[in-house]
Amino acid sequence: MSDAANSEASGEIVIEFRGAGYHLPDGQALLSNISFTARRGETLVLLGRSGAGKTTALRLINRLADPSEGEVLIEGRKTVEWDPIALRRHIGYVIQETGLFPHYTVEKNVSLVPRLAGWPELRVRTRAQELLALVGLDPGIFLKRYPHELSGGQRQRVGVARALAADPPILLMDEPFGALDPLTRAEIRAEFQALQKRLRKTIVVVTHDTSEALLLGTRIALLEAGDLKGLYSPREFLHSNEPAAAAYAAQLHTLEEFERER
Amino acid sequence: MNLTQFFSQHASEILQATLEHVWLVGATMLLAVAIGVPLGIIVARKPWLSKPILGSANVAETIPSLALLGFLLPVPWLGDRADRLTITALTLYALLPIIRNTAAGISGVDPAVREAARGMGLTGRQILFQVELPLSISTILAGVRVATVLTIGIATIAAAVGAGGLGEFIFRGLAMVNDQLILAGAIPAAILALGADFILSIMERVMRPAR
Repeated sequence: MSDAANSEASGEIVIEFRGAGYHLPDGQALLSNISFTARRGETLVLLGRSGAGKTTALRLINRLADPSEGEVLIEGRKTVEWDPIALRRHIGYVIQETGLFPHYTVEKNVSLVPRLAGWPELRVRTRAQELLALVGLDPGIFLKRYPHELSGGQRQRVGVARALAADPPILLMDEPFGALDPLTRAEIRAEFQALQKRLRKTIVVVTHDTSEALLLGTRIALLEAGDLKGLYSPREFLHSNEPAAAAYAAQLHTLEEFERER
Repeated sequence: MNLTQFFSQHASEILQATLEHVWLVGATMLLAVAIGVPLGIIVARKPWLSKPILGSANVAETIPSLALLGFLLPVPWLGDRADRLTITALTLYALLPIIRNTAAGISGVDPAVREAARGMGLTGRQILFQVELPLSISTILAGVRVATVLTIGIATIAAAVGAGGLGEFIFRGLAMVNDQLILAGAIPAAILALGADFILSIMERVMRPAR
């Protein structure tokens, strides 16, 4: 872990892992002794292969799981001291398969959380339109559609809109662009970057895609088999000599070489 | 006397018996849904309770209906009135398909959808009522449909303990070796069963969430 990576973001600490770990009931450790912080407005990428513990780390943040060792603090308070419902409403969550409710229209999907939070009807409706526009979908066309009437990319956008609905200060994204074709993915990724510039949320993104990590992250946390191998700025990550990070960087270099030779 | 004449002559009696039958089946189904759906939810949520619940419902299903009525007859409050007794017995039969389908429907909800609901901060109750039940409603209705058709058939036995219904004609017809009397009970019962099946299958289709 380098100091440069830590000093890059200057806002207050929003998410903090203090030696946090998670074990299955049978004792198998999915995550062990993880420590890192994420500051306001930064996009922290959790990078690693499948089974590295990335999703588990996300689930510790919104209390879908409680740490079996150490602790996780959100805005200075341990997650176990938060009311889980209040904590989750405070955090937007975008999951891999989007998890849109198939029986709800886009509008109902997007406005469920504000509605549960007791927003007045008019504000809920305006918010739904705002959100769709925000993620680049025409509200006039899409509000009344059902998830099965959308393309993968559109579903993903709705997933993001839903997570942003109640304007949570923290956003968790689990392989948010994983199921998309490369072109759509690049497109949505770019839009997401523009969106983040405007919204300044604290975002934790899980991915196994190196270029995605480099593009989206202000910092990259490399996870391997439940261990945190290091925290890097994108630049440090690319030029790191540490074997774990170098392996990812080498994969990118191979791509570059391939392109050069052609 | 042919069948049509017989039916038109006894129209009011047949109608009366049909209404009794509908009341027995209707009360049974309300009770069976009120008990079966919550039990199905428990089966889906608490795997360790699923064996005892499904096991008991299975056992109830295997007891011959006439014998079940006999067993329940000495039970204090139940045995006092024939319709009470019948509705209890019928409910026991109707439970299994309802419990099973409710459990199947709820367990069949896409885990990603449930995870998203939890992650969004829905409470357990909200997940159940806003997500799980709406998504499994058509599966639950399929169970209700099977149970209803089954109950309409078995309810003819109710006449044996004097609870009325279309079974009256069938029992009388058997005793008097009169085919027309038997048919006066059997045909309306069959029509009821087909009608219930038709209506519930339409409801099932309408309620099925789009995918």
